[in-house]
Amino acid sequence: MSELNSALEHPTYNYKVVRQFAVMTVVWGIVGMLVGVLIAAQLAWPQLNPGLEWLHFGRLRPLHTNAVIFAFGGCALFATSYYIVQRTTQARLISDKLAAFTFWGWQAVIVSAAITLPLGLTTSKEYAELEWPIDILITLVWVSYAVVFFGTLVKRKVKHIYVANWFLGSFIIAVAILHLLNSAAIPVSAFKSYSVYAGTVDAMVQWWYGHNAVGFFLTAGFLGMMYYFVPKQAERPVYSYRLSIVHFWALVAVYIWAGPHHLHYTALPDWAQSLGMVMSLILLAPSWGGMINGMMTLSGAWHKLRTDPILRFLVVSLSFYGMSTFEGPMMSIKTVNALSHYTDWTIGHVHSGALGWVAMISIGSLYHLFPILFAKERMYSIDLINVHFWMSTIGTVLYIASMWVNGIMQGLMWRAYNQDGTLTYNFVESVAASYPGYVVRVLGGAIFFAGMLVMAYNVYMTARKDVEAQPAPAAASAA
Amino acid sequence: MDINDLRGISTLFLLVTFIGMCFWAYNSKRKKSFDEAANLPFADEELNRRTMQEEDRNE
Repeated sequence: MSELNSALEHPTYNYKVVRQFAVMTVVWGIVGMLVGVLIAAQLAWPQLNPGLEWLHFGRLRPLHTNAVIFAFGGCALFATSYYIVQRTTQARLISDKLAAFTFWGWQAVIVSAAITLPLGLTTSKEYAELEWPIDILITLVWVSYAVVFFGTLVKRKVKHIYVANWFLGSFIIAVAILHLLNSAAIPVSAFKSYSVYAGTVDAMVQWWYGHNAVGFFLTAGFLGMMYYFVPKQAERPVYSYRLSIVHFWALVAVYIWAGPHHLHYTALPDWAQSLGMVMSLILLAPSWGGMINGMMTLSGAWHKLRTDPILRFLVVSLSFYGMSTFEGPMMSIKTVNALSHYTDWTIGHVHSGALGWVAMISIGSLYHLFPILFAKERMYSIDLINVHFWMSTIGTVLYIASMWVNGIMQGLMWRAYNQDGTLTYNFVESVAASYPGYVVRVLGGAIFFAGMLVMAYNVYMTARKDVEAQPAPAAASAA
Repeated sequence: MDINDLRGISTLFLLVTFIGMCFWAYNSKRKKSFDEAANLPFADEELNRRTMQEEDRNE
């Protein structure tokens, strides 16, 4: 009884579920990026398709995207949202059991994906490939997630709902709606279903889903991370709380309309394509508003970047965010899209967002989190964080630069005509010309992947009870 | 009045909403309350310390 009283008078946070998700973020990051390196190598050297259908590029590619987005990114979002919502409401998660269910349920979703996708069981909808039984499990986990998150917000001990929670809450709601509508299907057997939509409507629903998976899963959720961990690591409040409010409403109001830019010059009506293009262009404003808000949080504390590689991760991720949110609206202009669409430029754009923004802000946030979750002063080695930072940055730059070159070259080769109206190049010539870029991409991806191994070692050494953290570098302790 | 009037009105409505929101957010009346909110990430160190101590003991 006295223990119960003490728990009521001195509440604590639930860090267990945060720790579980945080560790699995590193594990799934390694798995997902390893598959990515493998399929990048298959494109450079097709001999790496060993004749086994389970290891074919067409089956491993959705495994890679699902693993990095929903396993790596998803676990990072679960971990940080559970952490942020507790610390900014000063309330413990509403239910430890339900939170534990979301952890084990989400891991079950990931494992089922890792089994079914190589077996060729797929709905063939991009980023929504998982078949209907897994979709139902996702729904159950997601509803529980919403209950835990919003329930905790409701019982908050403070008056305000901190801005990070607005972004995280909108991410949870939007993903629930997107998943339910896009995955609506009629099952015909245990592992086969058909979408309830057909033709152009199916394509539009799919890319409404697809682009908002980017907008809410990969952007709003990670902006929530940004609004907590950047101020926390810089040890100063966010640059402008007012701007963050305008940022939030403008971003969620505009993102939802941008999907049609995935369907330029298709059967989709022209007005819908133009609407998607215009909304994508407008999106530049809230995106950069958010980036500036994050960056300017460091004003007066820029010197910290010299000594703190965690802050470096967070700030460089914002630079990549700014870059890719400029590139995206530009690529959604129909005339630019006529060149860029279906080329490697798109893949480069995705990875400047995925590696540069999503992965690097997650990694920075996790380096901030792990010492707290393992009750340590700091990470085992600050130097290794710095090594990881440079590996991530160099890996990302090699990846996106090679894909820019490849993409623009492919676009130009495909549209080149001879005077008599025949095509100058056949498709295979553009593939052959892409070979050097593909090799550079493997190199960049491999460096980024190796950085995750460095992180895993550092996290393992931080978790060990019998190991003390290495002395902080001289520069850091002097600062 | 046809559907295009409705489209025009909805655009106007969104513009007014947006401008209204900007005025709301940048109204100096709310400065104090926003400063309070912006400092929430730094307001719970005690709870965090207690959680870390308890976790350390339980392990």
